[in-house]
Amino acid sequence: MAEIRLKSLAHSYKSKPTSPDDYAIREMNHVWHQGGAYALLGPSGCGKSTLLNIISGLLAPSNGDVLFDGKKVNDIPPEERNIAQVFQFPVVYDSMTVFDNLAFPLRNMKISEDKVHSRVIEIAAVLELSDLLKNKAKNLTADEKQKVSMGRGLVRSDVSAILFDEPLTVIDPHLKWKLRRKLKQIHEQFNITMVYVTHDQLEASTFADKIAVMYGGQIVQFGTPRELFEKPNHAFVGYFIGSPGMNLIEVKKTKSGLKFNNTLVSLNPEMQVALDRVSTSNIKIGIRPEFVHVWDDKAEGAFECDVLHTEDLGTYKIITMKLDGEVLKVRIHEDRAVPTKKAYISFPEQWLKVYVDEYLVDIEEPEDEEKETV
Amino acid sequence: MQRKVRDNKAWFLVLPVFILVAFSAIVPIMTVVNYSVQDIFDQNTAYFVGAEWYREMLRNPALLDSLGRQFFFSFSVLAIEVPLGIAIALVMPTKGRMAAVSLILVAIPLLIPWNVVGTIWQIFSRADIGLFGYAVNALGIDYNYTSDPTAAWLTVLLMDVWHWTPLIALLCYSGLRAIPEAFYQAARIDRASKWAIFRHIQLPRLKSVLVIGVLLRFMDSFMIYTEPFVLTGGGPGNSTTFLSQALTQMAIGQFDIGPAAAFSLIYYLIVLLVCYAFFTAINQLDKAK
Repeated sequence: MAEIRLKSLAHSYKSKPTSPDDYAIREMNHVWHQGGAYALLGPSGCGKSTLLNIISGLLAPSNGDVLFDGKKVNDIPPEERNIAQVFQFPVVYDSMTVFDNLAFPLRNMKISEDKVHSRVIEIAAVLELSDLLKNKAKNLTADEKQKVSMGRGLVRSDVSAILFDEPLTVIDPHLKWKLRRKLKQIHEQFNITMVYVTHDQLEASTFADKIAVMYGGQIVQFGTPRELFEKPNHAFVGYFIGSPGMNLIEVKKTKSGLKFNNTLVSLNPEMQVALDRVSTSNIKIGIRPEFVHVWDDKAEGAFECDVLHTEDLGTYKIITMKLDGEVLKVRIHEDRAVPTKKAYISFPEQWLKVYVDEYLVDIEEPEDEEKETV
Repeated sequence: MQRKVRDNKAWFLVLPVFILVAFSAIVPIMTVVNYSVQDIFDQNTAYFVGAEWYREMLRNPALLDSLGRQFFFSFSVLAIEVPLGIAIALVMPTKGRMAAVSLILVAIPLLIPWNVVGTIWQIFSRADIGLFGYAVNALGIDYNYTSDPTAAWLTVLLMDVWHWTPLIALLCYSGLRAIPEAFYQAARIDRASKWAIFRHIQLPRLKSVLVIGVLLRFMDSFMIYTEPFVLTGGGPGNSTTFLSQALTQMAIGQFDIGPAAAFSLIYYLIVLLVCYAFFTAINQLDKAK
């Protein structure tokens, strides 16, 4: 059983990092609780695989500590960390049968052969591999191989966390869903901490209870899929989560609101007060395409836009508009009529987010969600 | 829909290949077949003798001796070079400048012309002036490859190992580099020992390069000529006379074209047969469930 805690953790592949850009992982504090199903979501090169390899011990962090249940494990090699890792490309021992593959970690631990046998049979049943036990691992399909590599982690009774590094990359689309459900089922059955690295938001949100979004070597937000969608804490989260992502427009601060080109977006007084204390010029407004209100006709306070084009995606439509030189995406229900040439939109106050230096300006009372302190 | 045209025009398209293969393989081989069934006295006098030369060759003790020697040599070479090559590949550095340096160092013997290899070892192993030969004798071991058949054998073997182990090493090195890092990482997490990693990850993934390596080394060693010819000249006596040299002596030295041709074909068939057997055996291993 393990709670995985990252304390002031940072990593650079350079021996003498000088600037923050030299860091693949920038200093972070983070906790993965025992038994949780987590996703680590981010674009290629954001440091998520690096972070995973640091947790599993394949990589030693240049700064900070990794703690398992409060115990520092920095100097403990991966084979003694009680974790299992499933890699992007399935790793099976080609020359062995499925049975021998699953038995391999146990045999390496010199466990008696009858215990090995019963444990392998048990795990094979969970993974629906029972019929394949006598087959050579080499001839399996990609999804079966991936199940075998997961099974090698599950057979070990000492395993308290399984780390997945984009495990569905090479799986056929129709099997992805099945395998993902299997993962979920195993998670419920075994009470194991699971950390799942992916760049696919759909995979992340179907697998995980909580998602950590990584960007530029940092975890920019850690929350439920809903929180990430409704209240992106960082402009990148807004842009990365959602289909299409959040509309972000660079704006300038004025006394009566935020302005881009000739358009003035007015704010509620609290926000105005909050922004008065800000000195940076990097201010953006963000609104999700789903939350842009489209009026049927001219309306007071609505902005006039040029309709550029419309994509019909079956259950919904995406309209691309130009508002005073800025391109916006708007998502409407399939039944709604699409405005032609001109459209009138407004930004409902609760969905209009303001980002200062990329981070959300949060003026709401903090909800009673648990805050992590390390 | 267009009607399918059926004629033989496609043959014209493959004709160039036929011509090329005819001149590169079929015509020369048929010439040898032609010689092997005739007794030729001069340009105008030749008698058809059927399988007579084949029968004679298969009973010829000198040739049978060199055939035995040849098999022993080839299998010794494989038995030494394959494990040694794998071992070298496993310890070669994989990253940084040392990787490049070691690659070049290992490859050097492969770049030396074969008769130069023979010359190098001829001088290197001489008991009077050669560094190696002199050193061995200085250690109190009586070593003279020009008079002692065992010493001659060992020298030829050593030379071949020196010359060709790098080929196996380089093939295995490339095979090892093709194994994704994740396999080693997974093996660490599975607590595999070094031997288990070798046995279950590295060796299975070296198989395809080893097939090539074993076949190449078998064929080349079975046809070895230049290096022992330069090093020992086949001696002392006939102790290091391998098939190619025996054949050359017969064909060019004694001008026995008919028997030599018959023997060439037997030689050729043996190489073909052994390679086929190797290849099939390895593939069968692969298919076994």
